[in-house]
Amino acid sequence: MMPVTAIAALAALTYAFRFTGPLLRGRVTVPAAAERLFADAATVLLIALAATAALTTGHGFAGWARPAGVLVAGVLAARRAPFPVVVLAAAGVTALLRLAGVP
Amino acid sequence: MRTLWRTSLAAWPRDAALLRDVGLVGLADGIVGLSFGAASVAGGLPWWVPVALSVLVFAGGSQIAAVGVVLAGGSPLAAVAAGSVLNTRLFPYGLAVADVVTSEYGPVRRWLIRVIGTHLITDESVAFALRQDTRSGRRAAFWTCGIALFVIWNATVLLGVGLGSALHDTSAFGLDSTFPAVMLALALPTLTSRSIKVAAGTGAVIAVALTPLLPAGLPLLAALGGLGTRWTGWRGLRRRSRDHRQPRDGGPQGRRAAGHADGMDSANGTDDASNGDELTVGGRR
Repeated sequence: MMPVTAIAALAALTYAFRFTGPLLRGRVTVPAAAERLFADAATVLLIALAATAALTTGHGFAGWARPAGVLVAGVLAARRAPFPVVVLAAAGVTALLRLAGVP
Repeated sequence: MRTLWRTSLAAWPRDAALLRDVGLVGLADGIVGLSFGAASVAGGLPWWVPVALSVLVFAGGSQIAAVGVVLAGGSPLAAVAAGSVLNTRLFPYGLAVADVVTSEYGPVRRWLIRVIGTHLITDESVAFALRQDTRSGRRAAFWTCGIALFVIWNATVLLGVGLGSALHDTSAFGLDSTFPAVMLALALPTLTSRSIKVAAGTGAVIAVALTPLLPAGLPLLAALGGLGTRWTGWRGLRRRSRDHRQPRDGGPQGRRAAGHADGMDSANGTDDASNGDELTVGGRR
């Protein structure tokens, strides 16, 4: 469950990140190393999230159908397939595997 | 709203290419919005959670991350932490478009523009803005993209919520695969160097390995330990930032632009259309 306070906290923090830049305009520059660290942290988090969301449900293995769909989507994305194709392929492969009886 | 519209209309793009590119990015984001709304309610969240997140947070990656953590059984605190880490990049974005979300026509209008404009700061709107050479061009691109994406994003999330509620057995449609697929598609274009690939791979292994052991949400934060692989010590950090400060095209303006472009380049990845040539001048890692 996601309580209202969590939504409000995420919204407030996000707005603060957005607002601080224009507020400080011309007065600070972010060191390139720090900026790169922000970007790298985001990448690491997204990949870790993709891996856990693809492979696990709760504390256990999610079954084969979901990771297979995500794998196909990943290959398509790496080959620069259009975004809608990537998303539909993930859902399609997983749905077909489940139809075939794969958990 | 009238004043806002007049300001943005004054700089309305005569540029058909811009409208076409914004349309393509909007289409891609619309698909994500649809799957975000549908998968959220399919996972058991009430309809207003994805809708409120979309209006108030308006940052796709962090919304998906926060809902993903909660659906996996994680605490709300872990969800907020994961979403917030993803959004730290909005701070350098704000610096990059500071001249766009302001106005010369008095303090009231300046603050109104700033309060509304900053909410529209996204990977896409900043990328479009930075592709323009002139300030009026940047302003037109930023507001066109920002307003279009805000409308498209919230409309498609709402549509997805309706769709997700209407389907009875959502697992049969494979909707649960769309979350990780979207995150992968967002992150893959940013894996441009060996060091970030190693860091991301290590982080993924850490997160998956710890999932059976730790409360949900914590393995994800532990994944940030993957960043340790690119640590080269204080001397390395100093050397890197010194290399970065080498003037590329003269004055401080050029240096600042290059620094921002570099951050953009690595954090942005929703659509290739938003990756202008100018964004790569900062050089990849």
